[in-house]
Amino acid sequence: MMAKDVLDIKAESAQMDTDKMWIIMGPQHPFSHGLWTLKIQVDGEIVKDAEPIVGYLHRGWEKEAEARPYPKIIPMADRLCYAASMTYTHLFCMTVEKALDIDIPEKAKYIRIVADEICRIQSHLMWLAAVGTDLGNLTLFLWGMREREFFMDLNVRLCGARMTTNYTRIGGVRNDTTELFDRDVMRCVERFEKVLWDLIALVDDSSIFVSRMKGVGNLTREQTVNLGITGPAMRGAGVDFDIRRDDPYDNYDKIDFDVPVMTQGDSYSRYQVRIEEMFQSCKIIRQAVKKINALGKNAPYRLKVPSNVPAGRSTARLEDPRGESLMYLISDGTDKPYRLKVRSPIFTNVSAAKPLVQGSRIADVPVIMAMIDMCLGETDR
Amino acid sequence: MDIDTTYQAPSVDEIKTLLTEKFAGKVNVTKIETRRVYATLPKEFVHEVCEYIHEKLTFEHISTVIGVDMVDYMQVVYQISNYYTGVMVELTADLDNHDLHVQSISDIWVGGNWHERETYELFGIIFDGHPKLERLLTPDTYEFYPFRKSYKLRGQE
Amino acid sequence: MDMSLYPHAVAMSADEFMTWSSAMINDLLSAGTKKTVDKLTGPIWSWAMKNSMHPLHWGLACCALEMAATSAPRYDAERFGMIYRSSPRQTDILLVNGWISKKVRPDIRRLYEQIPNPKWVVAMGECAISGGPWYDSYNTVQGLDQIVPVDIYIPGCPARPEAMIDGFMLLQKKIDDYFKRGVFMED
Repeated sequence: MMAKDVLDIKAESAQMDTDKMWIIMGPQHPFSHGLWTLKIQVDGEIVKDAEPIVGYLHRGWEKEAEARPYPKIIPMADRLCYAASMTYTHLFCMTVEKALDIDIPEKAKYIRIVADEICRIQSHLMWLAAVGTDLGNLTLFLWGMREREFFMDLNVRLCGARMTTNYTRIGGVRNDTTELFDRDVMRCVERFEKVLWDLIALVDDSSIFVSRMKGVGNLTREQTVNLGITGPAMRGAGVDFDIRRDDPYDNYDKIDFDVPVMTQGDSYSRYQVRIEEMFQSCKIIRQAVKKINALGKNAPYRLKVPSNVPAGRSTARLEDPRGESLMYLISDGTDKPYRLKVRSPIFTNVSAAKPLVQGSRIADVPVIMAMIDMCLGETDR
Repeated sequence: MDIDTTYQAPSVDEIKTLLTEKFAGKVNVTKIETRRVYATLPKEFVHEVCEYIHEKLTFEHISTVIGVDMVDYMQVVYQISNYYTGVMVELTADLDNHDLHVQSISDIWVGGNWHERETYELFGIIFDGHPKLERLLTPDTYEFYPFRKSYKLRGQE
Repeated sequence: MDMSLYPHAVAMSADEFMTWSSAMINDLLSAGTKKTVDKLTGPIWSWAMKNSMHPLHWGLACCALEMAATSAPRYDAERFGMIYRSSPRQTDILLVNGWISKKVRPDIRRLYEQIPNPKWVVAMGECAISGGPWYDSYNTVQGLDQIVPVDIYIPGCPARPEAMIDGFMLLQKKIDDYFKRGVFMED
């Protein structure tokens, strides 16, 4: 009998009818950043099919918002995306201010910008720490969390709470920036710009982590746009769109910053976009703090607003650290909303789990999903 | 495909003229603001208009599909955005309470898939042609549509 | 047992004899051996378990970020011996730190049953204690103690890392108490 060539055996084995197995990376799983399930169908080591299951955190947020007057919805909006809570309260206040048709004071707009960017850096650092645990880079987790503590100290300095800050109000912000706040912010930002290079070196200088991320989770520009993926995951695939620059709100058009865009479309480019965004946030914070100082101490920071909102419809959208978030309000003249809809970026990003994960290996699945940066509170609402 | 920097997407006024010319009598553009176009249309033409907006006007991204329960009738609101100019078009379609069917747009934009599924689950609006219209967020045993005004929360009477 | 000391025992029926003799045996043991063993080993078990509380690596909602911050360098949780384990079979503590929706109830119950005895349950944050801000929702359970028995409640929305550490120090006292009252042959 002739000895079979290795290539013949390989061709034969590709034709064999092997069993596919559904693995449930269930609600309790060390990789899942949040409470969701990813069911993957594997053939050996390659993933053939995937199905995300969400809804473990559904509480009917929009229905509960219809039963509360407008100021009481602000702490609820904090707990929508708990990693980036300042941006959701900002979004809600912007929507109601559009419905009321008022223009808030300049100082409030700049303070909101500073608070938003601090929130963005803090959220990206949380993401970086989580990426550390996924890749196996535990030092990145510890260093990232240490840096994040300094930004949460800034939150405490500004309004007293670390995470769910409850700071913006309809018509402005809750209180003026405290004494020497600008000194603290500048110190923090200057230190952070040097330390971020150390954090990047932990990943970039090691070929293991880079090769785990490169070429994994590829999506072309058309696929990304059609699937509805927004945010840094979209900018890593070549789409040059950022709501802060192209559809500006609250004085972002008076600040000068760049929007990082990479064209590769894999996990490594999404990682690079977020790191560059952190540097750009530092730039934005510097300019906004200078403008706050120029306005002086006695400039107004809050307007008094009526409690009843006139009937009508208004929409506002915002560049969340995770993508495009949008709120749609239908008001009916009373002090409670008639319909308040929240569009969360992670809702559509998670629905694209199947095209992202298909064709990769099991060990690549945590890396790909880590780059999407999930916060399940806003998905399930 | 590289980023096409030479393409000039239509501006807000151009969109209004194009829509009213092509779909005369069907689409009614109610308001225009900077980077916003608001229009209403009957539900039978939703798919056709969305295809036109996607292909000819290069609106590549569906931001959201919203269901609204105005007690005598229901509404579906589509918000579609353009990545070249930052313009957003809002289409509103009215649905009769006895005939809650509208054609699904998840074949034009795959990103609208879960939005439509969620609207079905919470309001009961059925999207014809949707690949998988099932419960998404609530447990499978639920049989009511929670966001309708007829369903009251604890303490709301 | 020397049956000549108990002549009335031969007149008992089978069931009576079973109950009477197990009471006798337990008395003998607890008088002597059981108490000594408990006194010797109770402090050892309590020292071991309270300095190596292993919670389950599970984050639900906002309080989970504060749980992650507690194991961060500033509020180091590992100095108490708290190492998060991924598999419920290797943990002692079920730490629930977010609101409980109706969809996740069977999973919490299953995880609780998978943790081997002795186990403790800690409810962290307002949502796990009593439903929190979502008191009128159609999809949340108003409190963790409707599903599993809870030992420690940590208040706060979100519970600060210092509050979580305080809660775990209280749990240490509870573990101490549990072992020192005697667990030899307890089951």
